[in-house]
Amino acid sequence: MTEEKNRVQFLSGNEACVWAGIHAKARFFAGYPISPATEIAEICAQELPKHGGFYIQMEDEIGSIAAVIGASLGGLRAFTATSGPGLALMQENIGYAAMAEVPCVIINVQRFGPSTGIATKPAQSDVMTTRWGTPGDHSLIVLAPSGGQECYDLTFAAFGLAELFRTPVIVLIDAVIAHLREKVTVKTEEKFFLINGDKRVLRVTGLVHDSFGYSSDEPEVTEKLITRLAQKIEGHQMLLPRPRFYGSERPEVLIISFGISARAARQAVYLAEQEDLAVSLLELKTLWPFPEEEIRKIGAKAKTVLVAELNRGQVQREVRACGISPEKVRGINKIDTTVITPSEILNEILTVIKND
Amino acid sequence: MVIPDYKKYLAGERLPHIWCAGCGNGIILKALLIVLAELNFKSEEILLATGIGCASRAGDYISFQRFQGTHGRTLAFVTGLKIARPNLRVICLIGDGDCAAIGIGHLIHAARRNLDVAVLVANNLNYGMTGGQFSPLTPTKSLTSTSRAGKLGATLDICRLVEVAGANYVARTSVFYHGELRKFIREAISKTGFSLVEILTPCPTYYGRYNKIGGPGEMLIWFRDKTVPLNKYLQMNPEEQKEYFWRGKLVERDAPDFYTRCKNGGGPDD
Repeated sequence: MTEEKNRVQFLSGNEACVWAGIHAKARFFAGYPISPATEIAEICAQELPKHGGFYIQMEDEIGSIAAVIGASLGGLRAFTATSGPGLALMQENIGYAAMAEVPCVIINVQRFGPSTGIATKPAQSDVMTTRWGTPGDHSLIVLAPSGGQECYDLTFAAFGLAELFRTPVIVLIDAVIAHLREKVTVKTEEKFFLINGDKRVLRVTGLVHDSFGYSSDEPEVTEKLITRLAQKIEGHQMLLPRPRFYGSERPEVLIISFGISARAARQAVYLAEQEDLAVSLLELKTLWPFPEEEIRKIGAKAKTVLVAELNRGQVQREVRACGISPEKVRGINKIDTTVITPSEILNEILTVIKND
Repeated sequence: MVIPDYKKYLAGERLPHIWCAGCGNGIILKALLIVLAELNFKSEEILLATGIGCASRAGDYISFQRFQGTHGRTLAFVTGLKIARPNLRVICLIGDGDCAAIGIGHLIHAARRNLDVAVLVANNLNYGMTGGQFSPLTPTKSLTSTSRAGKLGATLDICRLVEVAGANYVARTSVFYHGELRKFIREAISKTGFSLVEILTPCPTYYGRYNKIGGPGEMLIWFRDKTVPLNKYLQMNPEEQKEYFWRGKLVERDAPDFYTRCKNGGGPDD
């Protein structure tokens, strides 16, 4: 595929992620083959050298994220891609990137788990793993595209956010979006400002450290660092992609969803509107930090909240934690490797409204 | 010998260090800083990359660039860093557990790639930071906190391992031979491609105490008596060899390093 700018292209989600990276001036990719993320590594191997970049195939996912962090410290915008089992291996070093404040982007193409699971089938069950997979109090950013265009836009944004917040950013997609081909409008190549890789002396460690980069075990230094690492992200959520809202302001039923399930929810809400039903959809773009405020605000006005996701209720649990009365929150969950269909969501909407 | 001004590389205000009395890590750090002063590097030209363990705390006592990774992964971080900054002179200082147990995969692949880095392995024959457990480099029969009746497993020779994997320079010595130590460090840093110097160093607090070798002084004498030059070692029979560590230079060659191959190839490489 030749590179074309400002044009509509027909891309899979995986391809869109790679081109977003290249257009965001990412010039380093380290990876390890894993379904259903392998195409990202394959295209990077082909395309990055043509753009003056580097592809390196590491010995495992632990090494992949380590090499990405090393390259980022050296001044190259860097990323990797993996799926559940690989994400599990990366966790220690994702925590390292959070602690040492190294910008990096990790594309996690969710497949059915746990463990090897079913390598080619989709799931949305890594929501909590992306947030809490690495030990210790920390914050990081997780974005959830729902299609090809968003794979491009949110991956592109991820590189900027990683550097703005000096943090790992995870782009969370799934096996369906990864392989679904859609029209994607590719932007003009934009220039980013490199904020690292200069001539200053760098001191980096994953130990608790003072502002000079030397390790410390002082209670005051420790508390200040851990608070700042969380606050720098959680205190600036308005700079992250906000949820998208469709439909009635005072809905009978509010659907909350993300990723591939949100696509089905969009169609279901459209069909419900045709029936003059007061239904709306809140489509989450940033999963972490969790958009509590928006959910609390819109959720308070809804009679029933349905959370549609391909897992046993990971986001539903967070929605309840936002302070919406638990009895009005219900899940539409599927854990049989197939995706949630629009008619399944519509049926659920109709059942809720009929029983009211 | 005239000792050059190595103290400019030392972060004096960070002292005292955390190492026990009689530990060899200070000897290794001083040898490294003397070599850096001899080669007259600027602070921004060099980087000390360490892992997790006693020796890896050295980064806290230097004034130039330091990178401390996660346990065992230092060489994987450095693989990415060297692609971004090929001219940065990177010295890795890691322990025996870090490089030969948890990080052995990255060690083999860094040597196979012939990554341009000088790896100094501070081999104190056990995990010191956590209280003296055996590592793959702990000699068989040794007493440690996890082998109270004597270690049963075989001892690994990482020098021969990285030689086979593709390293350009491999040597081993002990802190007892300070001149040889500085010479090997200097050669390793000056060599383009993967170089490794295994440095036998005393841990009187754990290894010396458990194995009744004695205090810091006795441990240095023990290393003197337990090490034999490589050519002499090769003449020993296998049973005799088990009682000694060889020391000397194992390999020195000039195969093209990873970055050069990557650049010249113009395509994907590992």
